[in-house]
Amino acid sequence: MSGIGSGYDLSASTFSPDGRIFQTDYAQKAVDNSGTVVGIKCKDGVVLGAEKLIISKMLEENSNRRTFPVDRHAGVAVAGVAADGRSIVSRAMAEANNYKNFYGDPIPGHVLAERLGSFVHLFNLYSSVRPYGVCTLLATYGKEGPQLYLVEPSGTTHRYFGTAVGKGRQGAKNEIEKLKLEELSCQEGIKAVAKILHQVHDEEKGFEMELAWICDESKRQFQRVPQPLVDAAEAAAKAALEAEDMDD
Amino acid sequence: MQPRPQSHSAALGPGCTGPSLANPTPLAFDHQRQVAQAPSCGAEAFAVDPAALANGQPRKHTTYPYVTGTSVLGITYKDGVLLASDTLGAYGSTKRYKSFDRLRKVNESCIVGAGGELSDFQYIMRLLEELSDDDFCMDDGHTLKPAEVHSYLCRVLYNRRNKMDPLWNSLVVGGFHAGKPFLGTVGMQGTNYTDAHVATGFGNHLARPLMREHHRPDMSEEEATALLHQCLKVCYYRDKNSINKFTIAKVSAEGVTISEPFALETEWRYKLFENPAANAAGAW
Repeated sequence: MSGIGSGYDLSASTFSPDGRIFQTDYAQKAVDNSGTVVGIKCKDGVVLGAEKLIISKMLEENSNRRTFPVDRHAGVAVAGVAADGRSIVSRAMAEANNYKNFYGDPIPGHVLAERLGSFVHLFNLYSSVRPYGVCTLLATYGKEGPQLYLVEPSGTTHRYFGTAVGKGRQGAKNEIEKLKLEELSCQEGIKAVAKILHQVHDEEKGFEMELAWICDESKRQFQRVPQPLVDAAEAAAKAALEAEDMDD
Repeated sequence: MQPRPQSHSAALGPGCTGPSLANPTPLAFDHQRQVAQAPSCGAEAFAVDPAALANGQPRKHTTYPYVTGTSVLGITYKDGVLLASDTLGAYGSTKRYKSFDRLRKVNESCIVGAGGELSDFQYIMRLLEELSDDDFCMDDGHTLKPAEVHSYLCRVLYNRRNKMDPLWNSLVVGGFHAGKPFLGTVGMQGTNYTDAHVATGFGNHLARPLMREHHRPDMSEEEATALLHQCLKVCYYRDKNSINKFTIAKVSAEGVTISEPFALETEWRYKLFENPAANAAGAW
C-alpha cells in the first residue's frame, strides 16, 4: 500500500499525476477500516445505527458514543477516527448555534450539511493539516421533513435515502437497497438497521449496537433509541437472521 | 453579512449594551466559548474602562422600560408549584398586546414568569433556551434544576445591574425537582430569595396578604388554584395595568402544563358606579 502513491501522497496540497489527492484517499481508508455505520430515511424519520466493535473486555458498556445530537432537530453518527469525529460534532453544534442566533430558526439540513462539507474540505487544501478521517452521517428533521446526509473526508456531501460506511458497507448497502423505505416506519426501521448491522458484522469479536433516531415518535428530536426498543429490535434481528440461516 | 456591534458608551467596552448583546460571537476557526455553559450570544465579561470614562462621554444605560408586564404570582402546594399572571403587554397606559405569554417553560422541571420590560424577558428566555439546548446536546440525562435556573438568573441580572444596564424584569422561577417544590424570585437589581409564595410588582401588596392568610404547604391543587384565582381577581380589580385574561402554569412530578388563557368573573354593578357624576360638583 505504501508503494502506490510514492512522492505524491505526502501532503494534501499535492495532486498525483492521475488527478487524485492521496491524503484524502487515505482518510477514506481510515473510515473504511472502522466499524459500520448505517443510516436510513424512513417515511416518518431517520434512523442511524453504529456497530461499535468491542476493543477490550475492560471497556464499560455504553461508553464510546458514536451518535451525537448537534441540535434538537439534528444529530450525527460518525465513522472513522473517533477523536476526529468529536471535533466534527463540536463544529456542527457551533454551526447550528450560530445559525440560530443569526436567523432565529433551527438550521435546515442542507445548510448544516454544506457548512460541514466546507469545513471538512478546508483540511484537504493545505499541507499543514491533514484531512479529517471521518464520514459523518447527518440526520435532520425540519420543515423539509426528515433528511439524511453523508459528509465524506473530501468534503463532498450528498443526500441519501439510505447509506452505509465502514467495514461492512457493501453488504449493508445491498441490504438497504432491498428495503422499501417509503413504506417503512421508524419502528420497523430500527429493526431493519439492527438486522443489517448483525448481518454485516464479522463474527470474530463481539460488538455493541448504538441506535439513534429522529422521528415523529421522538417528537422530532434527535435521541438515542430507548433501550426497550433497542433490545426488541436486537432480538427480532437475531431471530430473523437465525431463521434465514435455517432456510439456507 | 454580520451586524456590527454598536456601543452606547466606550467606557463599557464594545458591543456590551443595546441590541449588540444579542449578536453571536464570531465563528473563528476553532473558537470555543471560554466557559462551558456560557451562551454564545452576549458580550464577553469585561470591566469598566476608566480611560474611556475620562473621555467625557456621558454613560448611557437602560433608563426606562417600554412594553411592560405587571404582577406574577407563585405559590407552592403539596405536589408542586403554581404560577399565575395575566397576558398583557402594556405600552405605558395603553393595553397594547393582549396575548403575551408571561409564563414560559424552561424545561420539564422549571418555569419562569416575568413582569417588567418584556423584550428583556424574551432575551432572558433566549439565554435559558440556549442553556437547555446545550443540555440536550450533552445528552447525559442532566437538565437544569430549578434552583440552578434561579441562581443563573440572579447572576445575570446582578451583573447587568453592575454594568448600569439592567434587564428591567421581576422574575419568578418555579420548579419541582427531587420531590420538592421550588419557588424563587429575582429582581432587576439582582435581589433574590426563595419562599413558599411570592409575587412581583403590585402582587406584593395586593396578593401576598391573601397568600399569607390562606397558604399552607400541603394545599391540594384545587385549593391552590382557588387561592390564585382570588389573588388574580384582586390584582385585576386594583391594578390599572391589567386585563381579565390570565394563564396559570403548573409544575409537578408529571412535568409542566401551562393553561389556556381564561377570564374570571368580576362584579361591577355597584350603585356608585352606575351614575358616577351624581355627586360631582361643577360638571362642565
